[in-house]
Amino acid sequence: MSRAEVSPRATSEASSAGAGRTTWTAAVTRWVDGLVPKGQWLPDRQPVYVASWIYVFGVACLSSLVVIIVSGLVLTLGGVTWWHTSSFGHFVNSVHLWSVELFFATMVIHMWGKFFMASWRGNRGMTWATGALAFFGSLGTAFTGYLIQTNFDSQWISTQAKDGLNAAGIGAYFNVMNLGQMVLWHVSLLPLVVGGIVTVHVVLVRRRGVAPPIDATDPTADAGEKVAT
Amino acid sequence: MITQLLAVSQPVPAGPVVQWGWLTITVANLVVILAMVVVFVLALVLPFPSDREDEDR
Amino acid sequence: MSRGTGGWGPTPDAHAFPTRRYDLVKEFVIALAVVSVLSVVAALVFSSPDEPAISLQQWARQAPSDVVATAAGELAGTTTSAGYGPPYNTASEGQSLGPVDLQSLPGVTQPVDPAKDLVLDPVRTLTSDAASSAAVRVWDAASADRQQAWASAYVDALAAAPDGDPAKVASGDYGPVPAIAAAELRLAESGSLEGLLTSRTSFFGVDSTKALLLLADGTHLEDAARAQNLGGDQWGIMNETGNYPGQPWLWLYSLWYQVPPFSTSDNADIAVWALMIVLSIGFVCIPWIPGLRTLPKHLGVHRLVWRTRR
Repeated sequence: MSRAEVSPRATSEASSAGAGRTTWTAAVTRWVDGLVPKGQWLPDRQPVYVASWIYVFGVACLSSLVVIIVSGLVLTLGGVTWWHTSSFGHFVNSVHLWSVELFFATMVIHMWGKFFMASWRGNRGMTWATGALAFFGSLGTAFTGYLIQTNFDSQWISTQAKDGLNAAGIGAYFNVMNLGQMVLWHVSLLPLVVGGIVTVHVVLVRRRGVAPPIDATDPTADAGEKVAT
Repeated sequence: MITQLLAVSQPVPAGPVVQWGWLTITVANLVVILAMVVVFVLALVLPFPSDREDEDR
Repeated sequence: MSRGTGGWGPTPDAHAFPTRRYDLVKEFVIALAVVSVLSVVAALVFSSPDEPAISLQQWARQAPSDVVATAAGELAGTTTSAGYGPPYNTASEGQSLGPVDLQSLPGVTQPVDPAKDLVLDPVRTLTSDAASSAAVRVWDAASADRQQAWASAYVDALAAAPDGDPAKVASGDYGPVPAIAAAELRLAESGSLEGLLTSRTSFFGVDSTKALLLLADGTHLEDAARAQNLGGDQWGIMNETGNYPGQPWLWLYSLWYQVPPFSTSDNADIAVWALMIVLSIGFVCIPWIPGLRTLPKHLGVHRLVWRTRR
């Protein structure tokens, strides 16, 4: 596949540099450009302190999400009850289940790591908060997945879970015993919500960079003088 | 009749559980949680491959 | 800089530190490969649980007296759904947390009249069955008090009968209730009850609410679940059928149901939900909670992460 030819004419890239532009398009371009510092969208270098296996669990979690989405999309091809009657469908369901277990395992290990590193330091509070929200969003998404298995598990889980949701007033609008409603929440609404939160989370991570070690001194400040904590 | 009833309604045997006082957990869940703890500890303890020559400044 | 530092003092800018080569794309591709292989291997080795749903027909065949007792209970108003309250009906107030009654706030959004929707309407479809048609006519003609007296007497009599067997019930004034309950059992046995419960809302049976409410009003579903360690007081929220991991990430939610005061409270659901919502908000807000936000410094685990540079 050949690469698209670059037009010799002026492009939006060139015009976005002109900060004086007042078009809405230019404003959006400036906003996107400013989301993360220049060169930090996908840098090929990281601060030297990023040297521990604990740093790989965020990416491992993201990878698990990819496997979840791909296996989930394959399941949607056959419909809600397909996997009960097709051995391939059952296999895809198994991949979906185990990628979810891996997703939560890696996400929780990622959270343990970030907690012990206090990675919310240096104005990274929203990074932690969006990560925590992604966790809770994932809980809800996984839960609706259990409800739409259309098997004994779904019967039991839905009839049990309704009581807590009803007591909180949520069940009045979110009926866990309504299969049709739960299918749509699980395959459309909730994945979009989780995907959106995860996107914001990743942008925030790239925006602020990886939190420096606790008690680290600013290497650009006067020779190794410790920053008071 | 109850035993007969349970026999037909239980095609899959329940997995084993462990119990300490008020804490009850299935072995399957316990294995998952212990595996997570082990992986977490290994991630902290095992050296991360790095090449000093890659460093700058 | 005037911005608060969350009890940590100034944290240096990450971009001020020396760097080393770190191939994020390679890391992602390797992680994706590892996770894909692990998922596929686990799927091949362990598969996934799929215990079939209990059909109402199976329920009728395996526990006929439970179906009869449940049908009688719906008529008498003694089942869970008959006495539920919002969002299904106004039979009770539901749960509340002190003066806060979130359950009643939205009102009845999914109306279910268990006697009518789960028993009488389905039985009414048996128009070619003279006995059940007559029984429903007698029921309809009776006063509410009379209906209640018949149904309650039959519920009590079933509970007193050996094995709850309808054939062994002591004689009494139960009116048309035994005939209606028996007709419900016949409908379930024939396999047509599910359709009558789900297609009532739509030709496309995508709303399983009524069929599930009826099934859950019996004891058969719960017996099967408890045999799989899925009961609420068995930490069942975390568990899965067979020998599989379930949702271990729900451990904290599950825990509260095992300990007082929740394990003995009539308002356990709302109390646990309220507690979990508060704890969840706290978890999201850790970076802003004094004491918690600086706790990791004292725990010292970070020294294992940043071993060479401090």
